[in-house]
Amino acid sequence: MKRSLFGRIWPNATAVVLFVGLVFPVYWMFATAFKPTGDIITDNPVWFPKHFTLSHFDRAVHADHFWTLVANSVTVTLCSVLLSLVIALFAAFALARMRFKGRRGFIVTFMLAQMAPWEVMIIAIYMIVRDGDMLNSLVPLTVFYAMMVLPLTVLTLRGYIAAVPKELEESAMVDGCTRLQAFRKVIFPLLAPGLMATSLFGFITAWNEFPLVLILNKDIEKQTLPLWLSQFQTAFGDDWGATMAASSLFALPILILFIFLQRKAVSGLTDGAVKG
Amino acid sequence: MSVQTEGTDTAGGPAVRKGRAPAPPRGADRASRSPAARLAAAPYLLLLPALVATLVLLGWPLVKNGMLSFQNLNPRQLIQHLTEWNGFHNYQQVLTGSDFWKVVERSVLFTAANVVLIMLIGTLIGLLLARLGKKMRLTLLVGLVLAWAMPVIAATTVYQWLFAQRFGVVNWVLDKLGWHSMADYNWMGGQFSTFSVIVLLIVWQSIPFVAINLYAATTTIPKELYEAASLDGAGAWQSFTSVTLPFLRPFLYSTTFLEVIWVFKAFPQVFAMNEGGPDRLTETLPIYAYVEGVGNQHFGVGAAISFLTILVLLVITSYYLRMVLKQEEDEL
Repeated sequence: MKRSLFGRIWPNATAVVLFVGLVFPVYWMFATAFKPTGDIITDNPVWFPKHFTLSHFDRAVHADHFWTLVANSVTVTLCSVLLSLVIALFAAFALARMRFKGRRGFIVTFMLAQMAPWEVMIIAIYMIVRDGDMLNSLVPLTVFYAMMVLPLTVLTLRGYIAAVPKELEESAMVDGCTRLQAFRKVIFPLLAPGLMATSLFGFITAWNEFPLVLILNKDIEKQTLPLWLSQFQTAFGDDWGATMAASSLFALPILILFIFLQRKAVSGLTDGAVKG
Repeated sequence: MSVQTEGTDTAGGPAVRKGRAPAPPRGADRASRSPAARLAAAPYLLLLPALVATLVLLGWPLVKNGMLSFQNLNPRQLIQHLTEWNGFHNYQQVLTGSDFWKVVERSVLFTAANVVLIMLIGTLIGLLLARLGKKMRLTLLVGLVLAWAMPVIAATTVYQWLFAQRFGVVNWVLDKLGWHSMADYNWMGGQFSTFSVIVLLIVWQSIPFVAINLYAATTTIPKELYEAASLDGAGAWQSFTSVTLPFLRPFLYSTTFLEVIWVFKAFPQVFAMNEGGPDRLTETLPIYAYVEGVGNQHFGVGAAISFLTILVLLVITSYYLRMVLKQEEDEL
């Protein structure tokens, strides 16, 4: 099929316009973060900065409690992802490899749980955590974040385990492995890419979570980065350079992870149909 | 839904059948006594931790939410740990007040505007991706992935900066385009303008999911269908409506439902942008529940609003799940 000149040009032209529109906010964040203040507070925006400075990053990093919050965010994220992976691995193995009564019901339960409206459950969670005297602690955050990502982790891991040919496992068992050994020595090593892609989703969810930490942890020492970032602009007035530097620091780990694992992440996310 | 699982299904199907035939003892020992009992319990034991977690961490808050919504729970009761049941009083108060219905109307319009834009633009970009050459497609995909990966709160902060009253780049552009009254426009000062920024943010964040998945879905359409259509004399538009669209229809339906659910319960974007302001005019249902329940410390009333919101979401979700289960019947 031959297309006219116009027919060949417009898709590319549209793509360029869309690309600019999609990337601009991300570009502008980084650009502002590195620009000297004079280039930010100006009547004519500097589209392509020629001078660079790290002073905004310096200001963001030396903001009160910054490193405590980084430590909190990292701890909560890693622990919750690990916790959900371990719990999910057992469940996913059963759902992928065994036939039993109620299996379909369990899968539907996890699908339903995956759509849980956490944003609207925060008042009830607040009451539960308060009654347990656990406000301003990282433990409830970790546990609830693990639960938020658990259903999808189970469902995607199930897909990955099912993708490992059953013959491999069976031949290991014929060779004298127990089922546990077969799992550990045959399936588990083949699961590594699946585990990485699955934990990426958990990582993003836990790193970004906002409503729950907003309601549970009023003590600044026990908060996480999203909450800090949302209040940053208020705290720093109109210091957009420092605000964008803080945003960049917060976004960078996710952007890097996402780009590295993009292909797997996309297929993994579409399995369970959840947005990052 | 994805290419990957379908691929494994066709690859794994015959393999399983082949593997089963020479190994009848496995099926036989399931019927016998003691090892069989252990085998039968194994899947349930493996599922136990996940089920307990779901019950305690998801089920209990849902039940608790229901219970709280029947209680008179204000700062006094909260501090003294009193449980005062007040029947349907909270619901009565919520449902007969004018505020709630205004928020419901606002949430529905907000969700509709977002979802229509997301689905329309996302689908068009997905179809465009299928038409582009390799290099341009990769470029556009990079742009989509960047927007997709951007953390919500970071994105919200960036949009605040883009739309800042002073030195914001959007106002500058509008001014240069001849719209001089916009030079110092305060986007956060009005209901419609604040919503415009929030909608733009959510649409920008959500398009990649739709576009990339739709593009992935178009790659699974068999080429023969198009050939057959063109042999039958179908033009570009006809082959689109008779081949592409029917093929993508289930995907479009389920994605629309997903987006409705996600947008309806969107919290961080709306809250972090302007905290539901100005004058509480951009509070959607989740924000309204939070501000009433926690901000104004009417926890019982807040729980009632939450519960009503959850009910709405549950209905939408069950429709969505029914659709997905029908599509993937054989996969379960």
